[in-house]
Amino acid sequence: MSKYSALSLLRGAFNGQSHWQPAWRDPEPKTSYDVVIIGGGGHGLATAYYLAKVHGITNVAVIEKGYIGGGNVGRNTTIVRSNYRLEPLSRFYEFSLKLWEGLSDDLNYNVMFSPRGALTLGHSDADMIQLAQKGDAMAVQGIDAELLTRDQVMKIEPCLDFSRQARFPIEGAMIQWRGGTARHDAVAWGFARGADSYGVDIIQKCEVTGMVMGGNRVVGVETSRGRINAGTVAICAAGHSGHVAAMAGLKLPVESQTLQAMVTEGVKPMVQTVVMTQSLHCYISQSDKGGIVFGGDPDNWPSYAQRGQPVTMELAVQQGLALIPALSRLRMLRCWAGVTDMSFDGSPIIGTTPRDGLWINGGWCYGGFKATPGSGYLFAHSLAHQRPHAIVEPFSLDRFERGSPVDENGTGPFPNHR
Amino acid sequence: MKLIPCPHCGNRAQAEFVYERTADSVVPLDAEPDAAVAALFARANPRGVEEEIWRHTYGCGSWMLIRRDRVSHAIEWVKPLGPEALP
Ligand SMILES: Cc1cc2nc3c(=O)[nH]c(=O)nc-3n(C[C@H](O)[C@H](O)[C@H](O)COP(=O)(O)OP(=O)(O)OC[C@H]3O[C@@H](n4cnc5c(N)ncnc54)[C@H](O)[C@@H]3O)c2cc1C
Repeated sequence: MSKYSALSLLRGAFNGQSHWQPAWRDPEPKTSYDVVIIGGGGHGLATAYYLAKVHGITNVAVIEKGYIGGGNVGRNTTIVRSNYRLEPLSRFYEFSLKLWEGLSDDLNYNVMFSPRGALTLGHSDADMIQLAQKGDAMAVQGIDAELLTRDQVMKIEPCLDFSRQARFPIEGAMIQWRGGTARHDAVAWGFARGADSYGVDIIQKCEVTGMVMGGNRVVGVETSRGRINAGTVAICAAGHSGHVAAMAGLKLPVESQTLQAMVTEGVKPMVQTVVMTQSLHCYISQSDKGGIVFGGDPDNWPSYAQRGQPVTMELAVQQGLALIPALSRLRMLRCWAGVTDMSFDGSPIIGTTPRDGLWINGGWCYGGFKATPGSGYLFAHSLAHQRPHAIVEPFSLDRFERGSPVDENGTGPFPNHR
Repeated sequence: MKLIPCPHCGNRAQAEFVYERTADSVVPLDAEPDAAVAALFARANPRGVEEEIWRHTYGCGSWMLIRRDRVSHAIEWVKPLGPEALP
């Protein structure tokens, strides 16, 4: 792999930039690998990258039924943060955030990580108390959190509706300055290029259609391009976690739902941070191109359709306009949807399964993009040592039957109530 | 907007309905722990047809069983669900 640098660009200027190579190969699948990863989204690719880079395990295939970046990794609203109340979650997401901070250098690929601040608005005394509690919980973990007054918020985000007649009056906020956004496609491409450079085979347009069992052990996968044997099989299929796990006869505490997002035409800078709220499920940020990106609730009923219902979008738009009335002047350019694997406590599922040789990384709900480097790193560590890393131990699949869910919102085992 | 045929009200806008859970996830009161865990947490979550409990929450308030395709969203049938069908 040739290293990207200012110098190589300059050199290219003298030969018509003819030095550019494909960022990863397009190999034929081999008959056998040490590790087969199902799903070439952010998590699958990051897992392969760290397996090869940190653990020297390079006989690895990432099997993707579509194309790299075609799943949720290329559909999300790119918010990166580690502002969680429960310790297992803040520890995990903070581990990931620290990797984000050096990711572009590590990958030699600009993922455009932009720590512009993750701002959570409070609309009532109750909201502010919850934000203060969450901020305290973060602070004791050594994670940055700052409680802001209404006046401070006004200075940071002057476009918000601060009037007393506002539908959602703003009483203050909590901000994590180290949070922000990243370019989602670049994250997929950077990890793909990195993994490929260590010899990982990235196999696109290849769908896993079944598991090859030897007793209780998964020994390979059936795919649309033939059978592939594997020492270890790792499911990283996000919205399709349940569908793929069913091939091994497993039922997961997961329901797949649609989540939508949308973007307006590009305008000059008007939203500085990532604006979220404690009471609503509406989040707004401005992309580097100037488009206002926003999203809302999932569709709240199971679907694999990858297209959302207009009512949900309307609700997100209503909330967005109530927060920033000036948005009403903008035209919406595009909207899209992804299939998210909503787990029954809102937290991810990482670790072993009841089948030998089969591991799972899923249950990402609507918030797994920020976890990408951390989950890849820790999942790779777990696969390499054949034992879950301590940071992901609380997210084991059997936590539900043991009565130890990690339920940040405290809403119980109903993904549609989250 | 998609229409759902409520057994009592006829076709109504989908926004009036709330998805509750899958039909196999109701925990019988005398369930053994294993059965209770399975009902609470183990979902087939098929990329295909599933039977689900919905409620016409913002309409007549009644409960119903809907058999529905989770990819095409086509509804195969809707049946009323009364107290006698619940454990
Ligand atoms: C609209 C939207 C907004 C979001 N916003 C945010 C956000 O702001 N911040 C945040 O942190 N998270 C966000 N998320 C969530 C985040 O995008 C996901 O949790 C995360 O991307 C999931 O992991 P992934 O990247 O590996 O998934 P994916 O990119 O979906 O990867 C899974 C891959 O598996 C492949 N696959 C599935 N079945 C098979 C099979 N049988 N054989 C082979 N391949 C298969 C799929 O084609 C897919 O490419 C959002 C999600 C959506 C949809």
